[in-house]
Amino acid sequence: MAKEKETLTGAEILVRCLQAENVDFMFGYPGGAVLHIYDALFKQDKVRHILVRHEQAAVHAADGYARATGRPGVVLVTSGPGATNAVTGIATAYMDSIPLVVITGQVPTSLIGNDAFQEVDAVGITRPCVKHNFLVNDVKDLAITIKKAFYIANSGRPGPVVIDVPKDVTANMVEFDYPETIDMRSYKPVVNGHPGQIRKAVDLILAAKRPMIYTGGGVVLGNASEALTGFVHLLQYPITQTLMGLGSFPATDPLFLGMLGMHGTYEANMAMHECDLLIAVGARFDDRVTGDLKKFCPHAKIIHIDVDPASISKNVRVDLPIVGAVEPVLRDLISVIRETGKQPEKEAVNSWWDQINKWRDKDCLNYNRHSEFIKPQYVIEKLWEITHGDAYVTSDVGQHQMFAAQFYKFTKPRRWINSGGLGTMGFGLPAAMGVKLAYPDEQVVCITGEASIQMCIQELSTCKQFDLPLKIINLNNRFMGMVRQWQEMFYDRRYSHTYMDAIPDFVKLAESYGHIGMRIEKPDEVEGALKEMLAMKDRLVFMDFIIDREENVYPMVAAGKGQHEMVLASDREQV
Amino acid sequence: MRHTISLLLENEAGALSRVAGLFSARGFNIESLTVAPTEDPTMSRMTLVTRGSDEVIEQITKQLNKLVDVIKLIDLTEGLHIERELMLVKIKADNSEHREEMKRLSDIFRGSIIDVTDDSYTVEMTGTEDKLDAFLGAIEDTLIIEVVRSGVAGIGRGDRSLRA
Ligand SMILES: Cc1ncc(C[n+]2csc(CCOP(=O)(O)OP(=O)(O)O)c2C)c(N)n1
Repeated sequence: MAKEKETLTGAEILVRCLQAENVDFMFGYPGGAVLHIYDALFKQDKVRHILVRHEQAAVHAADGYARATGRPGVVLVTSGPGATNAVTGIATAYMDSIPLVVITGQVPTSLIGNDAFQEVDAVGITRPCVKHNFLVNDVKDLAITIKKAFYIANSGRPGPVVIDVPKDVTANMVEFDYPETIDMRSYKPVVNGHPGQIRKAVDLILAAKRPMIYTGGGVVLGNASEALTGFVHLLQYPITQTLMGLGSFPATDPLFLGMLGMHGTYEANMAMHECDLLIAVGARFDDRVTGDLKKFCPHAKIIHIDVDPASISKNVRVDLPIVGAVEPVLRDLISVIRETGKQPEKEAVNSWWDQINKWRDKDCLNYNRHSEFIKPQYVIEKLWEITHGDAYVTSDVGQHQMFAAQFYKFTKPRRWINSGGLGTMGFGLPAAMGVKLAYPDEQVVCITGEASIQMCIQELSTCKQFDLPLKIINLNNRFMGMVRQWQEMFYDRRYSHTYMDAIPDFVKLAESYGHIGMRIEKPDEVEGALKEMLAMKDRLVFMDFIIDREENVYPMVAAGKGQHEMVLASDREQV
Repeated sequence: MRHTISLLLENEAGALSRVAGLFSARGFNIESLTVAPTEDPTMSRMTLVTRGSDEVIEQITKQLNKLVDVIKLIDLTEGLHIERELMLVKIKADNSEHREEMKRLSDIFRGSIIDVTDDSYTVEMTGTEDKLDAFLGAIEDTLIIEVVRSGVAGIGRGDRSLRA
C-alpha cells in the first residue's frame, strides 16, 4: 500500500528536502522573509543551522565546507540585504566551480515587483554568477526545484544554484513528495570521453619528446586525484598545477615542478614555455596562468580534458579536446596506454628532464634565511613541517596566499582552500569554519593578512558560539602587501593607500571575542609559538606574526608578459 | 561572419534574460533575436543572429549550450536553411504620384498593402533580411514614417530539423 502523503507547509517541505539530501549543516542569517523557514528549522535537529555574523560569511563557510567534503554547501539568507550580502560569496563559489545551494527569502508573490520592503530581484542580481537559479512561484514546485538545485549544483561542472522563495510559498500547504531521481531534458552533463579522441591522445602522449602535464581545480572537484597520480607515475612526465589544483598530486613527489603562472616556479613556467606537448587536465587557461597568450606554449600541441566544453579553446586554441569528467577520462587514458604496450620516448624524455633539472637548480623559491625579520615564507615552511603537511589550510587573498601555495606542500586534495578565480579577501576565516564543522578532528589553519582578515573578522564571534578551535596565522606586514608589491614594481614605489594605519591590536581583539591571541615578532620565536598554538587543541588561537614589511612574492610574471619572462627574487636583490 | 543560431529552450520565466545576459556579459553581439513558444507550450524556439570570428561563434554556441534552460541548438549557417523576416512599413502616400509608386514597389517586392489612409500606406512584407533592406533602400528616406521588423526566424532545409 502506498504511503499516504503528508500535507505540509512550504517551510516544512524545504526542511524535509534538506534532510532528504542529507544536509548536516546549513549556514545562514534570519530575517522577515525566512521566518517560517527558521520556525521549521527550530522544530527539528537533523539539519544543524550555523548562525554567522554576516551573510557573506555564510556563503564562504558553506563554500569551505563544500571544497573540503565535495558535498554541496547550503545557505539560507533573508530577502533584500540578506541576498545582496550573499552575492560576493556566490560569485566566489561560481568562479571556482563550487557546488552550493543558496536559499534566499523573497517578499510574498503578491508584492513582487512593487518595491516592497526588503525586496530585490535576487534572481536578476545573481544571474551572472550562478550556474542556475530559480524563483519558486508556487509551493507545488518547491520540492522538485530543490531536487533540481542539488542535482545541478553538484553534477557536470559544479557551481552555485540560488533558489528564491517568496514568503507566502513557505506558508502555503501541499502534499509533500520528494522525487528520488531527476531527469532534465535540457541538462545532461557528459561523463565519458570519446574513445576515438582518447586513442588519438594516447598517440600524441607517447610520441612526445618534451611533455608537460598541467592540471587545475577540475581534478580536485572531479575527485580524480588518484587517477591523476597513477597517470603521471605511469608516464614519469613532469607535472605542474594551478593554484586551484594543488594537493591533487603530491607536491613532495619529484615529478612535481611546483605551481605555474604569475607566481609559479621558474622550472614550471620554463617547462610550459619549452614543452612540445601540453596535457591540460581540468584547468581553464586563466590569464594568471598563461600570461601573454601570444607567447603561450609556442612549441606545443595541446590536449585538453575538461567536463565543460565551453572551457575548451576559450582562451587557447586546443589541438585535441576531450570532453568528459576527468576521472573516467584519465582512467581510460591509462588503460589505453597499457593496451598499446608502448613506452614513452625514453631518451628524449630523459634529456628533457636534464633540462628541467637545470631550471630547478635556480632554486627560485629561495629567500633570505638570515634576516632579522620574520619572513612569511619561513612561517609557512615551519607550519608545514610541524603539521606534517596534513592540515586543512584556508587562505585569504594577497601575498600570504601565494606564500602558502608555494611553501605548504600539499599531498592530498581538498586540503588547500582558497578563492582563486574571484580572489575574495575575507574568504579565509569563514571558509575555515565550514571545514572545521565538517572535520572537527582535523587541524584547520587559516593563513591570512592583516587587511584580509578584517573583511570578515566578525566571524570570530561565530567561532566562539559554535566552539570552532581554528588556528589563524596572520602574516602582518602592515601593508596590503600584494598591492604594495605592484606599486613597488610598476608605480615607482608610490604606495597609494596600501598602508594600513590604525591596525587593531589583534591579540586583544581575539581575546575580546573569547579566544587566545599571540604576537610573534622574532624569527627564533616562530617555531615554538607554532607548536604552542597546535598544542591548544580546543581553543581558537589568533597568531599575529609581525613579518618583514616589504617582502615580495617571487617569481613573478608581470601582467602582459610571457610565462618565460619571470622576475626572480635575485633580480630584486641586485637592484 | 554572420551566423544564424537556432535554439530550443525551456519556456521558463527568465530563460530569455539568461540568453540576453550571456551576450552582454561576454561581449558578444546580437543583431536580432526572435522567440516564441512552439507546438509544445513547454518549449520556446529562438532564432538568434550574431556576428563573430569562428572562435567567437564557437564560444557563443558552447556558452549557449551550457545554459541550463537550453535544450538544443544548431548553427543554421553551417548548412542549407531558410531565413525569413517580417516587416511592417508605414510610408507617406499623400499624392497620386507617391501612391502609384509605392503600390508598384510593393508589388515588385511581393509585399501587400494592409492599411490605407488619405496620406499613408502600410506595407507588410516577408523575406530575407537582404530583401527587406533592398525594399527600404528603394524608398526615399523622407517618405518612410515607421519601420517595424520582427528579426529573423530560421529553419533548416529538408531533413535538417531541431527537435527535442
Ligand atoms: C574584496 C577585495 N578587495 C580588494 C582586493 C584587492 N587586493 C588583492 S590583495 C590585496 C591586499 C591584501 O592585503 P593583506 O590581506 O594584508 O595580505 P598581504 O598581501 O599583505 O599578504 C588587495 C587589496 C581583493 N582581492 N579583494
